[in-house]
Amino acid sequence: MSCHAPQAAPPAAQITSTFTLIRALGIVAGICGLIIVTSYQLTLPAAQANRRLATERAVFKVLPEAKSIAEFHIPPGGALTPAGSGDPPPGTLKFYAAYDGAGQLAGIAAEGAARGYADTVRIMFGYSPSCQCVVGIGVVSMRETPGIGDKIITDKDFIANFKALDVRLNDDMTALANEIKTVKRGTKTQLWQIDAISGATITSRAVGKGINDAAQALLPKLVPNLDKLSDRSKQ
Amino acid sequence: MSFPGVQDTRPNWDEFMEGIWQRNPVFVMVLGMCPTLAVTVSAINSISMGLATTFVLAASCWLVSLMRKMIPKEVRIATYIVIIATFVTVTDYAIQAISLEMYEALGAYIQLIVANCLVLGRAEAHAARFPPMAALFNATGMGLGFTLGLVMIGGVREILGSGTLLGVPLFGADFQPWVVMVLPPGGFFVMGAWLLLFAIYRARKQRPDKPGIKPDAVKQAS
Repeated sequence: MSCHAPQAAPPAAQITSTFTLIRALGIVAGICGLIIVTSYQLTLPAAQANRRLATERAVFKVLPEAKSIAEFHIPPGGALTPAGSGDPPPGTLKFYAAYDGAGQLAGIAAEGAARGYADTVRIMFGYSPSCQCVVGIGVVSMRETPGIGDKIITDKDFIANFKALDVRLNDDMTALANEIKTVKRGTKTQLWQIDAISGATITSRAVGKGINDAAQALLPKLVPNLDKLSDRSKQ
Repeated sequence: MSFPGVQDTRPNWDEFMEGIWQRNPVFVMVLGMCPTLAVTVSAINSISMGLATTFVLAASCWLVSLMRKMIPKEVRIATYIVIIATFVTVTDYAIQAISLEMYEALGAYIQLIVANCLVLGRAEAHAARFPPMAALFNATGMGLGFTLGLVMIGGVREILGSGTLLGVPLFGADFQPWVVMVLPPGGFFVMGAWLLLFAIYRARKQRPDKPGIKPDAVKQAS
């Protein structure tokens, strides 16, 4: 306790035995392990509730007529199943079926992600089976430049792209009939094109690519099974 | 690094205030710059980051101090890091339980508190030599000093960069925000401006008989 600098200790004063070192490390590791496990157990319910709330909020935002939601999984090579507890196998497609007040299917919400300017842009999009189009988008997470890239949630012209973005499937239901493309501002001519925000082209493209990739993977497997989802009471 | 002496190990207000003013971690010791520059885009982010660091600092210094007699000096850094990492993990879980939005905003910087040299520095330089209460007192003071520093930077950046303070709009709709202030360069600008201000203040204090700079000039420099 008397020394201010540890290296000033008298040379060869005490050589600590290996046992003491291991014992000290073991005790510290044990105490720390206990603290971590306890705090994990204590915070887990609240953290899960928070995550569920955040997802529900995102789904209700892209499908405003929805009143309740249910999560579904399509495992690789498997059939559509309601999400159970436990981790699904890797490569599982996840989506949310949203139901209106009468228990009828109001739409499908799914997440898409693509690399933006600063980091991955994760978006939630709402799909309406009746018009076979995307009817709304919301951002799940992004780190785009404030005032530039984050216009994707404020720019009215850009949001207007997602009132009825065409995502029809082709005749043999293997892919989208038309790939979703982000085009230069003011050159949108087709329903499956997205008018980019000038100055935020990279972020706009990330939104388009995120929706395209997710829709190409999900819709060919989902659309043939839509009748299974049409009524909440059937599940 | 000089300590006034180890004679008086009782917690006292000087120890507490040392971290907030004389040896403020941000403006005097200039420690922990990574979170200081990265998360201070708004006042609320600064407060949460500051309080998270304060909790980690206080809890780990208390535990290090409690166990100081049984930790051999050969493995002290390893045990300190394990203890610090434990409380960082606890903080990480707690923030996820409190608010996911906050967790997204602070991002990887919560986990990076482990590497904040302020925390290890306090454990090594103070907590390992003083009894638990004194260590807790000093660490809390340092943590609050760090929080104060972060809020002073984050507040200025939020006012200039978004025109708000704690989310409340301060100017009319005509205000054109200085976007650069919420981008990384803004952190350096504001940090530099505060350091300049404190350097001027210190220079003036050391020569009280020769006031070289008029008070007006100090205001303009900010």
